[in-house]
Amino acid sequence: MKKIDFLMAGVGGQGTILASDILVEVGLQMGYDAKKSEVHGMSQRGGTVESHVRWGEKVYSPVVEKGKADYLIGFEMLEAARWTSYLNSDSAVLVNRFRIPPPSVNLGQTSYPTEQELEDYISTRTGQFQWVEGTAIAQELGNPAMAGVVLLGALFARVGGAEDIWLNVIEQLVPIKFVELNKQAFNKGREFGLNTTA
Amino acid sequence: MKKIMSGNEAFAYGAYLAGINVAAAYPGTPSTEILDNFSKYSGVYAEWSTNEKVALDVGIGAAYAGGRALVTMKHVGMNVAADSLFYISYTGMKGGLVIINADDPSMHSSQNEQDNRHYARFAKVPMLEPADSEEAKQSVKAALEISEKFDTPVIIRTTTRLSHSLSIVETEDEPVAESLSEPVAFERNPVKYVMVPAFARQRHPVVEDRLKKLAVMAETTALNRIEPGDDEIGVIVSGVAYQYAREVFPNATFLKLGMVYPLPAGLIKELAGRVKQVVVIEELDPFIEEHVRLMGIPARGKDIFPNIGEFNPGLLRRCAQEAGLISAPVQSTPAVSVPQLPGRPPMLCPGCGHRGLFYALQRVKALVHGDIGCYTLGSAPPLSAMHTSGCMGASIGVVHGVDKVGVKDRTVAVIGDSTFFHSGVAPLINLHYNNGTSTVIVADNRVTAMTGHQANPGTGSTLMGIESPVVKIDELARGIGFKKVDVVNPYDFKTMVDTIKDHLQSKEPSVIVAQYPCVLYKRERKPALVVDLEKCNECGNCLRIACSPITKVEGGVSINAALCIGCGFCATICNQGAIGLPNREGGTEQ
Repeated sequence: MKKIDFLMAGVGGQGTILASDILVEVGLQMGYDAKKSEVHGMSQRGGTVESHVRWGEKVYSPVVEKGKADYLIGFEMLEAARWTSYLNSDSAVLVNRFRIPPPSVNLGQTSYPTEQELEDYISTRTGQFQWVEGTAIAQELGNPAMAGVVLLGALFARVGGAEDIWLNVIEQLVPIKFVELNKQAFNKGREFGLNTTA
Repeated sequence: MKKIMSGNEAFAYGAYLAGINVAAAYPGTPSTEILDNFSKYSGVYAEWSTNEKVALDVGIGAAYAGGRALVTMKHVGMNVAADSLFYISYTGMKGGLVIINADDPSMHSSQNEQDNRHYARFAKVPMLEPADSEEAKQSVKAALEISEKFDTPVIIRTTTRLSHSLSIVETEDEPVAESLSEPVAFERNPVKYVMVPAFARQRHPVVEDRLKKLAVMAETTALNRIEPGDDEIGVIVSGVAYQYAREVFPNATFLKLGMVYPLPAGLIKELAGRVKQVVVIEELDPFIEEHVRLMGIPARGKDIFPNIGEFNPGLLRRCAQEAGLISAPVQSTPAVSVPQLPGRPPMLCPGCGHRGLFYALQRVKALVHGDIGCYTLGSAPPLSAMHTSGCMGASIGVVHGVDKVGVKDRTVAVIGDSTFFHSGVAPLINLHYNNGTSTVIVADNRVTAMTGHQANPGTGSTLMGIESPVVKIDELARGIGFKKVDVVNPYDFKTMVDTIKDHLQSKEPSVIVAQYPCVLYKRERKPALVVDLEKCNECGNCLRIACSPITKVEGGVSINAALCIGCGFCATICNQGAIGLPNREGGTEQ
């Protein structure tokens, strides 16, 4: 059983914690030892959220080591770039093409990096960089808040495993009235991932 | 069955299984979710007490009467509860008492990163330290057994990383709580329970004798174990640092401590005898290292690893490489030049009533002595309207001191409702009693918001979901004797500013209750506001209220409709009337 280390980065309120809850539960149900770690408390107030999820035969540390992440899933472009030091040349990066300007940008004190700048910076570590239209796809389905599940679908296209497990865990963890929509979001994300990684 | 749980969920589950029947706490990150979760089990009693000392006294009472009690708090809460910790160490109890203390290395959500292992030694009580969620679950039962056997409170130390990490826990399909072997009853025994000097002198030798017995137990308990490895390095470690150390030193011999006070001298000697070099790996202070060195064992520790901030595997690896404990990797990842990425500090939520208060304080150029809660974010630019913030309840005493020394000029204290109930009432009485002249503003959002909306005496309900009487802060102030008391909606901006000015000019001590319910708790949402760029003169007022949906754009500002909750405060303070509700023609409506 190969170890897989995931990092998920976003902004408070984006659903990063729900998506990482799904991912760690998928790991457990796939038979891995699985751990997850994040720091919250201030996250609801628009701060950064980073969540570490680790799968393996035996997982000790709940946090991923710098330079050793296998996947970086960015829910927001700038937040993805912040975790570049966790990547190596084999890491795969999936970034939601979505920006939430931080306060200093809103106030006009700093500027938000361009998409190309962010992509170039992350690509100094790995060639496996992919934009995901997560928010746009979720918006088409009627709710941009499902971008995280679209990203999970795109991640599934790379990680694999039994699709039933992923869908069952989504069913368990999202609110009942949104189960079907979230399954659609997952499938759209998977299709997006398959079409763009081929 | 295997289940993924956070450390805090696992503590709650373990507490339920162990038969804890009374639990009390004051919310504090990263400890809060323990009681949030525990209160959901059937047949238990749990409460949000007004502060950590009250919570500990509640737990002590339950344990005095033979119950099994749990008290939880964050590290600085232990400072508040310390007085009670020291007497309960002397008296012991009839039942069991477990205190879960959550330290916060790296200060993810705290004002300091004190190492509360010192409290175990200071108060002469045992301390356990689990390393993952499964151990967290088991630790409560182990702590209760020690508590009941040795007649002592037992502290379990967790840290943010353990409390908020998820790992696998073995669960029972139909969990059944252990029941007490005998009915609860208070046994009158003044020599044990009344700590007048004559009786306390009789109890101190009992405490010292208990510590000796606990030290003997520490040698054989399953909580401490030697994990055999090679004879080069022997690692002594506890808590989540164990997980990191296991990755960095896969082949070393380990002494894994689940009980960090008292320490097992015999096991430490045994480890030292097996290896060429002993290395102690512990976050924050050299608590174990100093003990090991006092035994005459030349351990390494803080000469290699930092005493500031939390650890992680990468940090340990780098430190160990620099110290020559492990070899450096053949090829390292190339260093990347890091561009300046704009930071993303937390800020007051869109629609938060505190914004009206702090913008008003900024306008009148007040000197603000603040306190601990969401409203501490009022210190951050561009509001920049808080100038001190030290610990829970400090604001009122501090403003009184500042005014008494002769500085009084637009000085105010700002304290949240929950913090006021926690430790603001006594200083408010002090202010009035000692002929103070300060103005105290209670930022009252009717709930303990910062830690995730726990009920408090101003909310009208309890942790058990039962309705309860609401304490009215204005009436409390009048009851103390304050004559000048006003209740203001901080979004009624003109009244807010006028009231503050009026109180600042007053010669008598006064109280303003700035009352507006927490928007995240109430979840009220009105239509988002829009900007009429033709009217906007780019004065920047609306950017100075630090509301995240408002963004500077070419020729003015725009409001992100997905984030705006329609509180209307930006429209109130816009001098040009450029912000309003959207009308059908796509313009704005005032």
